[in-house]
Amino acid sequence: MCLAVPGQVLEITERDGTRIAQVDFGGVTKEVCLEYVPDLQVGEYTIVHVGFALQRLDEQSALETLEIFRQMGELDAEFGDHWGRAAEQAGLPRPDQDISTEGGAL
Amino acid sequence: MKYLDEFQDPALAERLLDDIRTTVTRPWAMMEVCGGQTHSIIRHGLDQLLPEGIELIHGPGCPVCVTPLEVIDKALEIAARPDVIFCSFGDMLRVPGSEKDLFRVKSAGGDVRVVYSPLDALNLARENPDRQVVFFGIGFETTAPPNAMTVYQARKLGIENFSLLVSHVRVPPAIEAIMTSPVCRVQAFLAAGHVCTVMGMGEYPGLAERFGVPIVVTGFEPLDILEGIRRSVHQLEEGRHEVENAYPRVVAPDGNPVAIKMLEDVFEVVDRAWRGIGMIPQSGWRLSERYREYDAEERFRVGDIQTQESTVCRSGEVLQGLIKPHECSAFGTLCTPRNPLGATMVSSEGACAAYYLYRRMQVPASGDPREVSSVG
Amino acid sequence: MAEPLTLQDIQGPEAPSFEGWTCPLPLRDSPTIVMGHGGGGAMSGELVEHVFLPSFADASLAQLGDSAVLELHGGRVAFSTDSFVVRPLFFPGGCIGDLAVNGTVNDLAMSGAQALFLSAAFILEEGTDVTRVGAVAQRMGDAATRAGVRIVTGDTKVVESGHGDGVYINTAGIGVVPEGVDIRPDRAEPGDVVIVSGHIGVHGIAIMSVREGLEFGTEVLSDSQPLGGLVAAMLAVTADLHVLRDPTRGGVATSLNEIARASGVGISLDERSLPVPEVVANACAFLGLDPLQVANEGKLLAFVPREKADEVLAAMRAHPFGSDAAIIGECVEDHPGMVSARTGFGAARVVDLPIGEQLPRIC
Repeated sequence: MCLAVPGQVLEITERDGTRIAQVDFGGVTKEVCLEYVPDLQVGEYTIVHVGFALQRLDEQSALETLEIFRQMGELDAEFGDHWGRAAEQAGLPRPDQDISTEGGAL
Repeated sequence: MKYLDEFQDPALAERLLDDIRTTVTRPWAMMEVCGGQTHSIIRHGLDQLLPEGIELIHGPGCPVCVTPLEVIDKALEIAARPDVIFCSFGDMLRVPGSEKDLFRVKSAGGDVRVVYSPLDALNLARENPDRQVVFFGIGFETTAPPNAMTVYQARKLGIENFSLLVSHVRVPPAIEAIMTSPVCRVQAFLAAGHVCTVMGMGEYPGLAERFGVPIVVTGFEPLDILEGIRRSVHQLEEGRHEVENAYPRVVAPDGNPVAIKMLEDVFEVVDRAWRGIGMIPQSGWRLSERYREYDAEERFRVGDIQTQESTVCRSGEVLQGLIKPHECSAFGTLCTPRNPLGATMVSSEGACAAYYLYRRMQVPASGDPREVSSVG
Repeated sequence: MAEPLTLQDIQGPEAPSFEGWTCPLPLRDSPTIVMGHGGGGAMSGELVEHVFLPSFADASLAQLGDSAVLELHGGRVAFSTDSFVVRPLFFPGGCIGDLAVNGTVNDLAMSGAQALFLSAAFILEEGTDVTRVGAVAQRMGDAATRAGVRIVTGDTKVVESGHGDGVYINTAGIGVVPEGVDIRPDRAEPGDVVIVSGHIGVHGIAIMSVREGLEFGTEVLSDSQPLGGLVAAMLAVTADLHVLRDPTRGGVATSLNEIARASGVGISLDERSLPVPEVVANACAFLGLDPLQVANEGKLLAFVPREKADEVLAAMRAHPFGSDAAIIGECVEDHPGMVSARTGFGAARVVDLPIGEQLPRIC
C-alpha cells in the first residue's frame, strides 16, 4: 500500500483557503495539497501520496543513508571477515556466499 | 527521479547483501507488512538474492486485499445507482465481490470513475451538483489523511453531494493479531514506512517488547528493503528486539502531527473485519460523529448484504503468511489475475498476484516447472 | 459531447496550422455534425467535399465511386484493418487522425509490406464540432503524405449525440509483400535476438497525461510515426526477418507474450537494456505502472536471426525512426510461451500481460 514518491516543490499557491503546490517528479508535474506539511517551501522535496504531501523529505538524511551504504563493506575489506579473505586468497569460494548474484534464476 | 533512483543502485545493494550474508548464521523468518514492499521485493527479485536461510513472509498490508467482502458488495450496490458517480482508486476496480466487480458495474451502465486523488472526486461533486459523488475510501494510515482532508474540505466548502465509503484499516492491530496467532512463524517485522511517515513509531515499542520481535521501519525501494532486512538480521543474530528506523529521510518518531490531529478529528477507531482474516479489534476507522453525514453507508442506507466468499479461496491463510500462494490448489488454475477468486490475486500487492505475475516459472501451480497456465 | 476545438487542444511541434483552414463554401449553417451528414444526401456530400476531399487530396477518392479500382503489381498482398477510438481525440503530439493512418500503415509494415492504399471510414457523433473533424482529416492527409500512402476510398456515418465520443475512425490498408519475405508471429526461434526500434512507453504516457481524472504535466509527446521506411531499411540487410510487431495497446509485454506463445519459444529480456526515457520511467513510478505494459506508437519489435542482429541494428539506428534502437533480449528454449526478465539486481521475474486497462494504483 502507500505508493508515495518524492518530488520537488516548484511553486506554491492557494485555492479555497488551501495551500497547494506544483510538484515535479523528474519531468512529471502534478498539483499537490500541502495542508499536511504547512511549512514546506519551494525547492524542498516531499513525499506525495494520492495528491497529498505527507512529509518533507530530509535530503541530508537521504544522502547520509546512501553514504552509509557506500561505506558498508569498506571497513570489512580493511579489517574484518578474515575467513572470507583467507578463502579468497586460497582461490576458494567465500564460505558465506550462498548464491551467485550473476545470472539470477533465469 | 531524485531520491528514488539512488535507492535502486545494484552496486549498493550488493554491499547490503554482503553484510547480510556475513552476518546470518541460522534461518530467520521475517514479515514485510506492506503490500507495496511485497510488490517491490517480487518485482526486483530481491528475495532471490538473500541467503537461503532468510524467509520473507508476505504480510496483510494490502488494503485492497483486506477490504471486507461486505464493503465491496456495498460499493457495488451504490455504484450501480443511476444518480451516483462512484469514484475509486484504480486498485479496487477488479476486486471481486460476491458476484461481480466494479468493472462489471461500469459495463452495465454504472458511472464508475478512476481517480488519482480523493480531491478529484470532490471536484467532480462540485462540477456535478445534481449527482451524488461517492469516493471509495480504502487504505491504511497513509491514505487516511488524504481522505480525511477531503471530507474536511467538503464540509468547509459546503459540498453536500459528496460522501465517503470508508474502509480504513490500521497496521499495529494487524501485527498484534498475527503475533498472537498460534501458528505464527514471524520472528521480525519490516514495518510499513509510509504508514509510519504519518503515524510515527510510537505504537511499536510495546509490540516489540511484548512479542520479543525486532521491528524495523522500512521503505520501499530495493536498498530500503535490503536495509530493513539487514537491520532485522543483525538484531535477530544478537538477540535484540528493538524498534529501529531504517527510513529516516521521511519517517520521524512522531510522524506527522498535523495529519494525526486531522485523523483524530475526522475518524474514530472501530473494530473491523479483515477479508480472509476475520475481526481484528480496534483495527479500523470510521467517520466520527461530527462527520457522519458524509458517510456513504449511512447516506445510501445500503441494506443487509449477503456475502459469499469463494470456498476454494485461501487468501486469508496467504494474508497471514501461513501458506505461500502456490500452495493453494487454485493458484494459476482456477484462480488467475484474469479470474481472481479472492482479493490477493487481484491487487498487484496481493501476494498471489505478485507470485503469478512475477514468479510463475519458479512456483508452478501443478508442480511441473514447465507447465504454465496458458490463460492470462 | 465534444466541446469546440481551440488551438490549445492541439499541442506539439507538429500541430496543424489550423488557423489557415477555411472552408471554401461553408457547410450550410452547420458548425456541428448533424444526423443529416450521415444520410447520404446533399449534406453528406458537402461534408465529404469540404472536409475530407481537400485533406486527402486523392484523384481516386475525388471520383467518389462506390469503390476504388487500383493496380497492384506483383507478389502477395498484405491487408489490414484497424479501428481507432482513442480518447481524448487530441493529445500531446498528435490526434486520432495520426494514429488512424500510421496504425494501419504500420500493421502492413509488420508483414514487410509497404502500404499503398488506405480506406478511411468515419463514425461521427451528432453535435461534434465540424472544425474538429476537419482538423482530424487534415492530420490524416498529412500523415498519409508522410507515409507515402494514398487514401482512396471512404465512408461517413453519423450517430446520435451521446453515442460516439466525437469521432471514431476505421482504416483498412493494402500493400505488397516483397518476395522472399516471410514475417509471421510464429517464426521466432531460440537464438533469435529481440530488438526494439526506440524508446518505449512514450505514447501511453502522453495519452494518460491528458486523461480525465489523471491529468499531469509533462513534456512527453506521442511518437506516432510511419514505419514502412524503417522496415525497408531492415529488409535491405536481410529478407529473413522472423517476426515484426508494433507494440501498441498493452505495451511491449503484450506483444512479446503473444509472440512467445505463437512461436512456442521463451523470451528472456535484460531490464537494463530497455530504452525507457527517464521521464517515462518517472511517470510510471508516479502512477505505479510498468513501462513494459504501457502503450506505444511508432515503434516496432523485431525478432532477428542471431547472425544478422548487429547488422540489422546498425541499419535501424541509421534510420531517423530507429535511432534509439536497442537489443533487449533473446529467444530461448526455456519456459516456452513465457517472457522473463533479468532485473537490475540479477534476479528473475516474469513479464506478464496487463489484465485489462492500465490503471494507476495507490498501493
